[in-house]
Amino acid sequence: MAEVLDRVTKIIVDRLGVDESEVKLEASFKEDLGADSLDVVELVMELEDEFDMEISDEDAEKIGTVGDAVSYIESKM
Amino acid sequence: MMKLDGKTAIVTGASRGIGRSIAIELAKNGANVVVNYSGNEEKAKETAREVESAGTKALVFKADVSNADDVQAMLKETLSEFGSIDILVNNAGITKDNLLMRMKEDDWDQVMDINLKSVFLTTKAAARPMMKQRKGKIINVSSIVGVMGNAGQANYVASKAGVIGLTKTSAKELAARGINVNAVAPGFIETDMTGELPPDVQEAMKQMIPLDRFGKPEDIAKAVVFLASDDADYITGQTIHIDGGMVM
Repeated sequence: MAEVLDRVTKIIVDRLGVDESEVKLEASFKEDLGADSLDVVELVMELEDEFDMEISDEDAEKIGTVGDAVSYIESKM
Repeated sequence: MMKLDGKTAIVTGASRGIGRSIAIELAKNGANVVVNYSGNEEKAKETAREVESAGTKALVFKADVSNADDVQAMLKETLSEFGSIDILVNNAGITKDNLLMRMKEDDWDQVMDINLKSVFLTTKAAARPMMKQRKGKIINVSSIVGVMGNAGQANYVASKAGVIGLTKTSAKELAARGINVNAVAPGFIETDMTGELPPDVQEAMKQMIPLDRFGKPEDIAKAVVFLASDDADYITGQTIHIDGGMVM
C-alpha cells in the first residue's frame, strides 16, 4: 500500500505541480488538485507506464481521487 | 539539415496516389516513414523503396485502419522500430459512389469506417506518445467535396466533412499538449481514384478550376510537408484547400 501510494504521489506531484502534502487519498484530481480532464488522461497514461499495466477507458473514467487510483492499481497487481 | 530530419511519420493508405506521394515527399525532407497499406503489398513495397532511395528508413505495415487492434499494433511497431511518432498523416480513403436513393447501407458504413472512424482511431492512438513528448503534427486528408458537397457521393462527402469537424475538435483538445492538427482538402487530383470518373465529368470539373488544371499528388504532398514541419507550429485546426481555387 505505502509503496504504491509513494509512486502514485510522485507522479501526481511531478505532473500537476502540487505539494506532496496535498496528495491525500481522498483528494479529487479535479476538485482538490487542480487537474483538468486532459491532465487526468495523462496521469492515467503515466500510471500505466509506471506500473506496467493497461487501464481501460471504462476503468479510467472511474478514477476520480488519489485513493481510487491507488486501490485500482493494487487490485491489478 | 532538412525540415523533418530525425522525425518519424505514419502515412495511412500509402501504397498509391496521394498517400504514396506524401510518403515520398516526407522522406525527401528527412523523415522516416511507416508505409501503411491494406490491400496492395507490392505497391506498398514500391513506395517503401522510393522512401529508402530518398535516404530515410521505411517500414511497410499492413493494417485495416478502421480496426482498433490493427491500429494499436501499427503504433506499437512504429514505436519499437523508430522510438517516436512525430507525424501522423491520415490519408487512407475509399469511395463507393452512388446516388443517395440507390446507396446501400453497407456502402455507407464501409466508407464512414475507412475514411472517418479510422481518423478517430489513429488520432487517439498517436496522441498518446505525442502528448508525452509535448509535440506532434497530425494532418488529415479531407476533400474539397467535404466542403462543397457532391452529387453521387453522399457517403464520401459526409466522411470528408466529418474529417474536418474531427480535425477542429482534436486541434482544440490537443493544443494544450503541443499537438497541431490540420487538414488538407484536395480538389481534383490526378490519381487512380479520380481517373475512374467519366471524361465528360472530368471536363466539367476542369471548367470550375480557376488555375485551369487538375492537381498532382505532389501538390498535396508539399502542403503536408509544410504542415508537418516546425514552420507550421502556429497553425492548428485549419483546412487548407488545395484545389486550384475551385472553392474560395
